[in-house]
Amino acid sequence: MSGHYSQPTGESEELAIVGRHLTKAYGLSERKAAKALEAPDPAAAVAAEGGFLGAHDVSFQVRKGEMFVIMGLSGSGKSTLLRMINRLNEPTSGELLIDGEDIVTASKTRLRELRNNKIGMVFQHFSLFPHRTVRDNAAYGLKVRGMPKAERHERAEAALARVGLAGKGHKFPHELSGGMRQRVGLARALAVDPPILLMDEPFSALDPLIRRDMQDLLSGLQAEDRRTTVFVTHDLNEAMRIGDQIMVMRDGKVIQVGAGVDIVARPADDYVSEFVSDVDRARVLTAQDLVRPALLTMSVKEPPDVALRRLADNEANGAFVFDVDDRLLGVVSDTDLLVAINADQPDLSGAVSQDYDTVEPDAVVGDFMHLSGRRLVPITVVDRERRLAGVVPRAAILSALSHVKETSHA
Amino acid sequence: MPDFRIGERGDAVINYLRDHFGGFFDVIQQVMTDLLGLTYQALSALSPLAMIALLTVLALVATRRIGLTLILGVGLLVIESMDLWFETMQSMATVLGATAVALVVGIPLGIWSAFSPVVRAIVTPLLDFMQTIPVFVYLLPTVLFFGIGPVPGVVATIVFAAPPAVRLTQLGIRQVDAETVEAATAFGASRWEVLREVQLPLAKATIMAGVNQVIMLALSMVVVAGLVGGGGLGSIVVNAVQSLQIGASIEGGLAVVILAIYLDRVSSALGGQGRGNPTWWPRRKPAGADAAHAEQVADGVGAPPLSKAAA
Repeated sequence: MSGHYSQPTGESEELAIVGRHLTKAYGLSERKAAKALEAPDPAAAVAAEGGFLGAHDVSFQVRKGEMFVIMGLSGSGKSTLLRMINRLNEPTSGELLIDGEDIVTASKTRLRELRNNKIGMVFQHFSLFPHRTVRDNAAYGLKVRGMPKAERHERAEAALARVGLAGKGHKFPHELSGGMRQRVGLARALAVDPPILLMDEPFSALDPLIRRDMQDLLSGLQAEDRRTTVFVTHDLNEAMRIGDQIMVMRDGKVIQVGAGVDIVARPADDYVSEFVSDVDRARVLTAQDLVRPALLTMSVKEPPDVALRRLADNEANGAFVFDVDDRLLGVVSDTDLLVAINADQPDLSGAVSQDYDTVEPDAVVGDFMHLSGRRLVPITVVDRERRLAGVVPRAAILSALSHVKETSHA
Repeated sequence: MPDFRIGERGDAVINYLRDHFGGFFDVIQQVMTDLLGLTYQALSALSPLAMIALLTVLALVATRRIGLTLILGVGLLVIESMDLWFETMQSMATVLGATAVALVVGIPLGIWSAFSPVVRAIVTPLLDFMQTIPVFVYLLPTVLFFGIGPVPGVVATIVFAAPPAVRLTQLGIRQVDAETVEAATAFGASRWEVLREVQLPLAKATIMAGVNQVIMLALSMVVVAGLVGGGGLGSIVVNAVQSLQIGASIEGGLAVVILAIYLDRVSSALGGQGRGNPTWWPRRKPAGADAAHAEQVADGVGAPPLSKAAA
């Protein structure tokens, strides 16, 4: 890479951040690190020299407007990686493109420009400037930019208002509670209106209720701004709540990347499944994660006696009935079929009942699990055109909520 | 063991310096003499009582404590009653001059050594050396360079008193929370901006503790400087001891102590230590805030609830 703008391609236009083969070796001189990284087992070679690998050959992509969560335990390299994006950590090797521009090779001046205009950051322990007022804290990025005082104060107050701190500008950080301090931290990042926001475990120092509040605040801001955000956390529930994409890291390597439900439903290895084991699955899994095809369906044109025989062959008590356009009409039970046969009806239209519960594909399991097992047929997943997507049997819910590993589609 | 004849070599170095750098030392002597002269003129421009009143007001402004200010004012009056006022001002000029030079050299050196491990590795043993070598060992060579008078005393005082300025400046800057420094960097601040806007302000209390230490160490050299003709209270004490005038030496010693207490309390209060917070002190009103609002935020629950999901 020459360090200048790469050729714009159809794909990269949508990508805000691209990391390629990023590696960070701590505790070694540049030359020793370069040599150790060429060894067949770089991690061991770096360790032998007395250093360690904070990140090892990490590649990732963050789309524009996406909330990208990096998750892992402490020491997994997630903060190391985050700090490479604004080069608070210098990558030992690899490249990092922001809007196609390689920032690893950017000059000092260009780097300061990028930090000031493009990349805002929120820190775990707030890292406010204790000797400045809340307003001056929020205005800091604008001050560095050289904006006149009145203007930057106005924008700082606007940012403070967005995070719910209107009228608190004259306070000092030590006069605020933890949650309010982090709101200042967030306002400081928002005031410069950066296209990219980096958040390094921003809520982990807060107590659970406040954390929940802050997550909602962030989700609300995100819904308005659609700002590209890289969010580091060790809390999977938090990752699930706010993340569009989640990247799980361990020992400096990427273990799995995907949407939250994919990670819960299909953990890539034992480490990830350990991680997801204490997630509240009922709040994460949706109907479409558990849905499977209905085994027995009937057309409304079918004669009742044929229908009853098919029920018997399938050892079922009821079945779904569709109209000629494949839309779900309802269900028939064995007893209703018997009545229809005795009444000499030609088809099933007279026997159809509405004895079933439907949910939409994106309904959360926790919201509908109480319905399971009450009806003749399993919980029914239908789309907006009332086409059957499939069913969610009670056993599927139970097995997904217990720690059975494979809970994928049938 | 071979004899390295360190003493002889030291002699030779000092002679060499005297022979070849005499002009340089003359310049230093001239500058220091002028500095001390000007400081003394400023301190003795007013009549003793007027000066005492001024120093007392200064103490009140710095410490914001009435009781302490009264004690300091009475102390200064005691000095005047012992008829040692001008000698005291002479000593104060020496202390302030030496302190000024020590800070001008020490604080930048402290900043530099906070950032550079190489500078730190060089400076630290040098400071150890300056603080542990007996004063008299370098007092005599300074007399050789600068002659009898106030200047060798001041130079020796600077050597003796400067280390805390370097050490505490360095400590103060390195103690500033790394993440806070990172935050400024992350918003695009240059190293100079980070130093000026974050590190120095946050290190201020520690640096001021260093300033206070410099002043106190400089004061402790007053009597020693008297041995080489430094004048002021040092000469009073030295002369009194040499002629066995116990009473006069007690008076001189008492004046030194009073001056020490005054400079210590005022300088540490300027650094924010031991400063009172009385109700009668005029306060800056926070801009654009009404009192009720300020009350509300003070208990830390002022943020409006943003979501109902906190259940």
